[in-house]
Amino acid sequence: MSGMDGHELSAADTASAVGAGTLSATDVCTAALERAMAGADLNAYITLASDGDVRAMAGAAPRGLLHGVPVAVKDNIATTALSTSCGSKILQGWVSPYEATAVAKLHAAGAVIIGKTNMDEFAMGSSTENSAYGPTLNPLDHARVPGGSSGGSAAAVAAGHCRISFGSETGGSVRQPAAFCGIVGVKPTYGRVSRFGLVAFASSLDHIGVFGRSVDDAALGLQVIAGHDPHDATSVDTPVDVYRDQAGQSLIGLVVGVPTEYFPATLDPQIRARCDRALDRLRQLGAEVRPVSLPHTDLAIPVYYILAPAEASSNLARFDGVRYGPRAPADDLREMYEQTRSVGFGPEVTRRIILGTYVLSQGHYDAYYRKAMLVREKITEDFARVFASGVHVLFTPTTPSPAFGFGTRSDPIEMYLSDIFTATANLAGVPAMSQPIGLVDGMPVGGQLLAAHFREADMFRAAFALEGALGSEALT
Amino acid sequence: MAVSDADVLHVAALARVGVPLERLPAMVRELNGILEHMAVLESVDVSSVAADARPAMPRRDDQVAPVLLARPLADFAPAPRDGFLLVPRLSTHSQLGATEGDE
Amino acid sequence: MSVAEQTDVTSGFEMVVGLEVHVQLKTASKAFCGCSTNFGAPPNQNTCPVCLALPGALPVLNARAVELALRIALGFGFTVNHRSVFARKNYFYPDLPKGYQISQHDQPIAEHGALDIGLVVSGAPRVIRITRAHMEEDAGKSIHDRYDSATAVDLNRSGVPLVEIVSEPDMRSPEEAGAYLRTLKQILLYLDVSDCNMEEGSLRVDANVSARPFGQTTLGTKCEVKNMNSFSGVEKALATEFRRQCGVLTAGGTVQQQTLLWDGHKGEIRPARSKEGSSDYRYFPEPDLPPLIVTDAELSHVRATLPELPVARRARYVALGLSEYDVQELTSDPATGPYFEAVLTLHADPKAVSNWVTGEVRAALNERSAEWTAVPLEPARLAALLNLLRDGTVSSSAAKKIFAQLLTSADTPKVIAERDGLIQVRDDDALAGWVDEVLAENPQEAARFAAGEKKLQGLLVGLVMKKSQGRADPRLVNQLLSTRASG
Repeated sequence: MSGMDGHELSAADTASAVGAGTLSATDVCTAALERAMAGADLNAYITLASDGDVRAMAGAAPRGLLHGVPVAVKDNIATTALSTSCGSKILQGWVSPYEATAVAKLHAAGAVIIGKTNMDEFAMGSSTENSAYGPTLNPLDHARVPGGSSGGSAAAVAAGHCRISFGSETGGSVRQPAAFCGIVGVKPTYGRVSRFGLVAFASSLDHIGVFGRSVDDAALGLQVIAGHDPHDATSVDTPVDVYRDQAGQSLIGLVVGVPTEYFPATLDPQIRARCDRALDRLRQLGAEVRPVSLPHTDLAIPVYYILAPAEASSNLARFDGVRYGPRAPADDLREMYEQTRSVGFGPEVTRRIILGTYVLSQGHYDAYYRKAMLVREKITEDFARVFASGVHVLFTPTTPSPAFGFGTRSDPIEMYLSDIFTATANLAGVPAMSQPIGLVDGMPVGGQLLAAHFREADMFRAAFALEGALGSEALT
Repeated sequence: MAVSDADVLHVAALARVGVPLERLPAMVRELNGILEHMAVLESVDVSSVAADARPAMPRRDDQVAPVLLARPLADFAPAPRDGFLLVPRLSTHSQLGATEGDE
Repeated sequence: MSVAEQTDVTSGFEMVVGLEVHVQLKTASKAFCGCSTNFGAPPNQNTCPVCLALPGALPVLNARAVELALRIALGFGFTVNHRSVFARKNYFYPDLPKGYQISQHDQPIAEHGALDIGLVVSGAPRVIRITRAHMEEDAGKSIHDRYDSATAVDLNRSGVPLVEIVSEPDMRSPEEAGAYLRTLKQILLYLDVSDCNMEEGSLRVDANVSARPFGQTTLGTKCEVKNMNSFSGVEKALATEFRRQCGVLTAGGTVQQQTLLWDGHKGEIRPARSKEGSSDYRYFPEPDLPPLIVTDAELSHVRATLPELPVARRARYVALGLSEYDVQELTSDPATGPYFEAVLTLHADPKAVSNWVTGEVRAALNERSAEWTAVPLEPARLAALLNLLRDGTVSSSAAKKIFAQLLTSADTPKVIAERDGLIQVRDDDALAGWVDEVLAENPQEAARFAAGEKKLQGLLVGLVMKKSQGRADPRLVNQLLSTRASG
């Protein structure tokens, strides 16, 4: 099979073939790099590895679950070989002197990182239009956004450069681009994957997530990066399941909850129809589908847009030009801070820093931040109550619309509302994933599955089954 | 709670970010719009919220075992000198060398 | 200003003082990362992604820092909060890499402690209430005068664990503040949680002081005074700032809340820097750290392994029958006691042991600038020497000579005494022989002594000592001569 680059094979099959010697890791990875370079107009990457480096890494790739598998990594995850700019000028050219735990696990598993992908600056955005390095195009329609903030990683997989890529989620930044680009996107349980080396946006909401061409690819990617990390105090020490083992599992006995709040009257009827079809497939496979309620769902966006900017305003204080990064010339320390940060941060980041600082400030903390923290607990309780009532997974649309056109969501609030179905999972910490369930106006839309904390296995069980049952219908 | 120009400038100063004066009106409008959406939280009853159920904080052993840097600080710091990091001196600073920070 | 005018300004006003003491914990590694805390390393050597606040780095709490903080909590009678929360204190300064300090705000690890500062006022012991103790990390160092128009930042200290101990504004004089600090430091040293060295910065004091007319129950506006390098510096700074505030109030003005720096060289108070209004630290719970949970079992363990406190040790020594002075000498620092007791188990005379330990041994340590942990004289050998002395085998002057040698050699006192001929001669015949010789060689004195001039006994003893080259047991010689004199 020499000469084949294996990009039609799943990541697992690629790794097996490389391990068996029937595929060359170097061939696979250099072909991936070539496809990435050929697709340069997508602007999916901020940095691509060089051909020489890819060959060297592929040649030395250790035998692991991702033996010789090319992957792309979002540019807010620290790597020591390629820079980590977070889509911002304030970290332009920053090469981290340490690597993220998730990246170390990828290397140990034999994966080869071919590039760092484009993103909304500091993960603040839902379209990748907020990158300081230009927007990324949706591979399925270049006039539309790929979603955000992990737009580059989604595009890399959707365009066929690699089978697996990694992004981050704070309010839906993996699931939403996955839905917009017609691929699988997974947000694990908070604490399932180490955040050490993920540049923090909102610490209590951030997660590293996985994109996969298929459910199997995403399952493998998650398994490799999941696990306890002593360098992350929010990382949880609980065994990592073999998520791929959920493939082919029966759905008899699986209870699927459908939360009414995610199917408002205003929901696009075509999206509703695709969701109904997906639910029918689940029923046909033996799952029980029942309506449930998550009554505090409509509070998710206000809560999210208080907590996330507040934490961000604090997390981004370290970007001050003192220890690393570009520094604006100034005679006075105060001026240095203000110039460095004003020049370095884009308008959306500045807006969120100001909003976040405001809601934490004296006189406003109780009404905004403290209140939002308490309401967040109510959102979390909604999920706990439902999962304790015998429901294994929930099913919802991932987004209220398919990918929108560039520049069509200029009102920040309109942009924020596109997170409406995804932000709850970040607030509650429950695992959630999106997979293609059909097309609307020619563009893919996603169906979202959610499960209880650390019950990714339940989620994957339903996802594998649904993917199999829909088959090519997912593209209709 | 309406946000004023002065509020935005005050908060921007706290956060050490600049708001160009021509952007100020738009920023104030955007902030007020966003905060209006948050107003719905005022009426939510949170009296029954349970205590934080997160697992207890893990602790590390008191070992000297730092995460090593692949490149030394002097390689990437903007203004290293004799091992120190230099910054412009705060103009209002007194001569006594106090190290406590301040707004 | 004349003395009378000086007293005038402050008379009628009461000083109200609260103290915030920052204690650096003596852990091997930092509070939230594995960097070393060793003092004196080259600038920025003890740094890593976490304490440099590199993008993506995260804090993980040092278990020993918690243990030492709990010792402090128990040592001052605090109530320990089983659940405490870390919080971010947000502000910009070059020695604060993250742009926030991880500290504790609403739910500190300990609250409601107290300290008896050893003074008695109006018949009652002065007990200062302590509001809280909380854990936090230290900032780095900013050095403003090393380079022209630049500040040099060293982050070695950034992330070192601290406990901040905040008193109620219960102190009413510089003396009370000094007593509070000295008592606090002694207990901290006994708890073995910190070096408590103000020069090195492992103990730092910020003072809050206000003035109010006697009788007023509400507090005056307080000013914060920082940058004191010693406890006496604190006392002087308080007196100086109090006088300043009284001057303002006497002149009909109002005291402006501000932060001031003490200049120990000039004995002056100066404003720290122009403030644009009070700081807004925007505290919120640290999302990177789940709540700190201290179980009853953990607390019991810390309590069970808590080092003995000064109060308890003093009581035990008093019960041994030692004088207050001796007790004070033996307990002023935590290391003298264990050494004293080790010797005591082998030589059961508390007074004698105390004398030697606080006398000769301490002098030897001071001379060598050594610590009790490095005493070159093990308790067993000192005890052996004291045994020889008690048995009369050596005289006290011989003992001192032997002591000096014990410090520089590993030999036992007996070996040294034998080698140097310091064993006292107590043989009756030998002693009698020398006495006879002396009497024979000094017939006039002998005759006068025999006739009843008792005061010549000393001279004669001296001559016998000389003849015996110091080896005669002077007690026995005295007895012999006394016997001869009386009959």
